[in-house]
Amino acid sequence: MKHARVVYKGTMYHAFEKNGSVQLNDGRLVNEHDVEWLPPLTPRTVFTLGLNYEDHAKELSFNSSPREPLVFLKGPNTFTGHFGQAYRPEDVTFMHYECELAVVIGGTARNIDKKDAYQYVAGYTVANDYVIRDYLENYYRPNLCAKNRDSLTPLGPWFVDAEDIEDPMHLPLRTYINGELKQEGNTCDMILGVPELIEYLSSFMTLNTGDIILTGTPKGSVDTNVGDEVVTEVEGVGRLVSTIIGDEAFVK
Amino acid sequence: MSNVTTKLKGIQQWYDGSVSWKDNTINIKNKTYNVDELPLDVPLNGTVYGALLNDKGMYDKFEPSMNQDPYKAPPKAPVLYIKPANTIIGSKTEIPLPSHVSQLQMGAALAVVMGEQATKVKEQDAFDYIKGYTIVNDVSIPHESVYRPAIKEKARDGFCPVGPWVVDRDCIDNPNDLNIQVYVNGQLKQENNTNNLIRDIGKLIADVTSFMTLYAGDALLVGISDEAPLAEEGDTVTITIPGVGTLENSIQKEELALGGTT
Repeated sequence: MKHARVVYKGTMYHAFEKNGSVQLNDGRLVNEHDVEWLPPLTPRTVFTLGLNYEDHAKELSFNSSPREPLVFLKGPNTFTGHFGQAYRPEDVTFMHYECELAVVIGGTARNIDKKDAYQYVAGYTVANDYVIRDYLENYYRPNLCAKNRDSLTPLGPWFVDAEDIEDPMHLPLRTYINGELKQEGNTCDMILGVPELIEYLSSFMTLNTGDIILTGTPKGSVDTNVGDEVVTEVEGVGRLVSTIIGDEAFVK
Repeated sequence: MSNVTTKLKGIQQWYDGSVSWKDNTINIKNKTYNVDELPLDVPLNGTVYGALLNDKGMYDKFEPSMNQDPYKAPPKAPVLYIKPANTIIGSKTEIPLPSHVSQLQMGAALAVVMGEQATKVKEQDAFDYIKGYTIVNDVSIPHESVYRPAIKEKARDGFCPVGPWVVDRDCIDNPNDLNIQVYVNGQLKQENNTNNLIRDIGKLIADVTSFMTLYAGDALLVGISDEAPLAEEGDTVTITIPGVGTLENSIQKEELALGGTT
């Protein structure tokens, strides 16, 4: 089943996907454009993987993949829902999207062997882990100023139950800017796959229900501009739309 | 007397109280308790952020290497990190010691607790958004490099003791001049002061909220010292900030600590 959190006429609902429409949990069928889409779950601890696809690591001129997985955390401020707006400040020269499979943890997981890891997966959603490269600095890189900005991590639209995804390690990923295909990859090219990531993280800390792991992005990151519509898609999981807004949207 | 907000173990609602520093008592609902007898819970319900390299001692230690690889230049924006939910414990709860290390670093910090949603806050208005202050022990496995996020060193279970309560903003005259003392087994190991901050509290809140929102209930650790003392299994670590309170935790093998794994 595909779940969402939406606001419809002033009330928040748990909703489901029904024949391409949105069904509220009171039974009403509504159009996807008539609701406000929230991230499909309230973010708790959110991990993000850097350089978890060999081709993307090369693209960023890292010679080899890191020996220790590159993991960073995100705060709740950065998440927006489907059809959200992502803010690009006017002084920025390079802001790119990152299409990612997001894994939602179900259960308390500590010292989990990778062969048992899928028992601790509740489901999946799609993330767009925007980064403003101008603000990258070499302290706790990637630093929060580049990676945890308000509005720059759209999540959704759907939270898809784990049982509905046959093989999460074989899902095509695609990003489109204004309808044009810009990024294409497959989760099979991850350096550390979903089971390995759960094994790694749970080896030194406890994962809990609702924690989310953004699993990294393949190559194909290009600049985006104010007004662009950016679609990140993970086949079978969802198609997440965001629009870039600039300083003109704000009153100084 | 100082006004505080407390969370007690086993009770879901929060209580306002007033603390008498002289008597080491707290008055809640017109009843007076000895502070040491009250089962205090974690007085936070938001996200905990820390500011690295915001203490002059810590900054000076790294400064000679800031123009070298891998850092290449001194930091411009505040260097922030997150202490995730699994790390947060209250006062008098054991800090789990992972089996492969013998010592942990005790990063004593004043934590600013937000009272309002704060976005793009001006420095001169920053205090309007603060609810109050508490104490955090930002526990780490000792590490030298600050190039990559120190998740494995800082995000382990129980690595963020918080407490004992939140002291109201207006009960602290000058939060940019607070003495912080760290004792291990009763012996003074470190003394620092928030007047050593590179960005003081107002400037830090302004610079952080220029790009990311802090919500009511979030906490921001304003800086830890490079001379954070080490502690080991069996040690009791006490952090005292006059006017804010005392945070006390002992260190226990991970497999024996509350919430540890077997």
